Amino acid sequence: MDKFQTTSDVTGERIKQYLAKGKRFDDRKLDEFRDIEIEVGISKKAEGSCRVKIGKTEVLVGVKMGLGTPYADNPDKGNLMTTAELTPLSSPRFESGPPKFEAIELSRVIDRGIRESKVIDFEKLCIKEGEKVWTVFVDIYSMNDDGNLMDAAGIGAVVALKNARMPKYDEKKGVIVYGEMTDEKLPLSKDIPLAITAHKIGDSIIVDPTLEEEDLSEARVTVGFSDGIISSMQKGNSAPLTPEEFEKVFGIVEIAWKDIFKKIERFVK
Amino acid sequence: MTKEFKRSDGRKLDEMRPMSAKVGVIPSADGSAMWKQGDTIAIAAVHGPKKMHPQHQQDPSTGKLRCNYTLMSFSVSDRARPGKNRRSQEIDQIINWAIEPALLIKNYPNMVIDVSINITQADAGTRCAGINAAVLALAHAGIPMKTMVSSVALGKLDKTLVVDINKAEEDFEEGEGSTDIPVTMTHDGKITHMQLDGKITPKQMTDVMKMAKKACDEIYEIQKKALKDSIGGKE
Amino acid sequence: MNKETNRQVVIPGEVIAKGDDFLPGEGTEKTKDGIIALRFGLSEEVNKLVKVIPLSGIYNPRRGNVVIGKVENINFNGWILDINAPENAFLSVAEIPRYVNNDCLDEVMNIGDMVVAKIWNMNKRGIDLSLKSRELGKIDEGIIVKVNPNKVPRIIGKEGSMINLIKNNTGCNITVGQNGFVWIKGDNVEGELFAKKAVLFIAENSYISGLTEEVEKWFDENGGKK
Repeated sequence: MDKFQTTSDVTGERIKQYLAKGKRFDDRKLDEFRDIEIEVGISKKAEGSCRVKIGKTEVLVGVKMGLGTPYADNPDKGNLMTTAELTPLSSPRFESGPPKFEAIELSRVIDRGIRESKVIDFEKLCIKEGEKVWTVFVDIYSMNDDGNLMDAAGIGAVVALKNARMPKYDEKKGVIVYGEMTDEKLPLSKDIPLAITAHKIGDSIIVDPTLEEEDLSEARVTVGFSDGIISSMQKGNSAPLTPEEFEKVFGIVEIAWKDIFKKIERFVK
Repeated sequence: MTKEFKRSDGRKLDEMRPMSAKVGVIPSADGSAMWKQGDTIAIAAVHGPKKMHPQHQQDPSTGKLRCNYTLMSFSVSDRARPGKNRRSQEIDQIINWAIEPALLIKNYPNMVIDVSINITQADAGTRCAGINAAVLALAHAGIPMKTMVSSVALGKLDKTLVVDINKAEEDFEEGEGSTDIPVTMTHDGKITHMQLDGKITPKQMTDVMKMAKKACDEIYEIQKKALKDSIGGKE
Repeated sequence: MNKETNRQVVIPGEVIAKGDDFLPGEGTEKTKDGIIALRFGLSEEVNKLVKVIPLSGIYNPRRGNVVIGKVENINFNGWILDINAPENAFLSVAEIPRYVNNDCLDEVMNIGDMVVAKIWNMNKRGIDLSLKSRELGKIDEGIIVKVNPNKVPRIIGKEGSMINLIKNNTGCNITVGQNGFVWIKGDNVEGELFAKKAVLFIAENSYISGLTEEVEKWFDENGGKK
């Protein structure tokens, strides 16, 4: 019965006809995002956390800090670990259990977007070179799926990081004093890296599909973008894209980034 | 003359933390609810009744309830590693036993009702908050039930019985320390779930059950209001 | 309006009416405390019969229902349809109002096609569908909207009054399946989207008494034709 959650061919035809005229069912333009709602600090126990809603799509993202050993090839740098859970709460098509491909891909794409943009200053997260560093955990949970969980997760990761505080660290004992936060923010650059996914439906390229539209997506490209610079990219789904279509993708991503930036500016200062 | 025990947050012995609830918080679910008990927040969503998969778990004599409890990684101070562990598996079954007796699901053969419970912020009493949210979500989804079900965590701090313990009280170490007693009751007074961790006499258990009924009645009023407010008002 | 007196929101286990002369109807049970609700919904009492009108819950297939289903599979003598019910339904080749060559079933209706059909039989083996009636058949184009099956009576209205209200104000043809699917077909996409908005408005406000007036007002405020 959950197969019925997917868009029927009948409705799909109408969506494609409308897109060909540059229109969408909810009156948005092809390069326009739905309303974005952000709430910071949804868990008092997290170093950083937020709720992001894009239309009816909702994700919760939490940032927790832990202690760990550095990787051998980066003895003076802290670590980043990004996880994502596509919860059964958020959609009848997600089952409980270990993460499946979709959740793994989402977490890895968001991870690369954060890592390659160099928004986290990993050298400042070193406590003792070669021995002890901070690990930044970014944990993403889907709460309601109405399309475009990927971009909601990307916004959530950035907002949670920008609003996170370092926990209290007991230097003598070498442990974190859980439950006590400092006023010190994480060592971040001024960049606002966002993951923006463009989808190909018929001959149209759109951003921020609703679930109804996302079911018709033939190919998608997620671009990690920050103020004019692409730092990561992932093409998913099987239909091929021409170089011209890729040009359209880059163009639409740039416009969408500006649109989103305006909407979330005050949460990422 | 016994000195009245002073709780760390100033509450009376039989006083609950502030509670609030809302249904319909997950639009794509068949039923959903949020339950807040002090600083503990639980969100539940129901999908079903629907055909049970995997097929070998189908029961032709009745429908089944399937609960999935998740403590989110950032809901606790010391990060909880994402994924299923033994504690959450046990809680899945505990929640199932706590709620199923109230459901009328014999008329859904070979079908399953999936309830997902996520704790977004944990300050003790998480399974109880999860049960309260799950029951609301099930009612919201239109699942037939004979009665509502409410859950609360009582406690014994040294020798004193208290209602709705918070995390600080869970960690209480003076005297006999902290005894943790989560209880779930139907509105007509039957106990569907009880656990205990600590030290208590059978005589005190009589008082525990009395306190639990009073607390569950208070929880019932909040659950009732959440369901009624969802109709006719702007959500 | 007499039928709509005494409606209140009730929750499971709640006492709706006390007294020996009340009778327990659908969604209720008689106990020593009185007639209690067994579901979340609106209680209604008519001539001492108390029942609960559900606002949520799954579709309960009944003989005679017109439903909108999706072809999931094709076997040697018919089509298997998902009709959003506990069991899939079967449409036999014999229940199509024209001759179909058994080798070409997929040319008549293929996997993924949407169909308006009627439940003509239900038994232990399953649900049997038929297309032998004028208003039934494969859906060619339009928009399909999903609502909770319990809202369908309000979308249809008394003797189709609500459907007609939507048709007249939007210029679209509306076909409602008892299983919660609404097929909208109009002259243009804008008209169809307008009808979709109207259907969702009715579904969201299904519990209101005086809904027809509210919908008329909604159309006046939102550019209905009439």
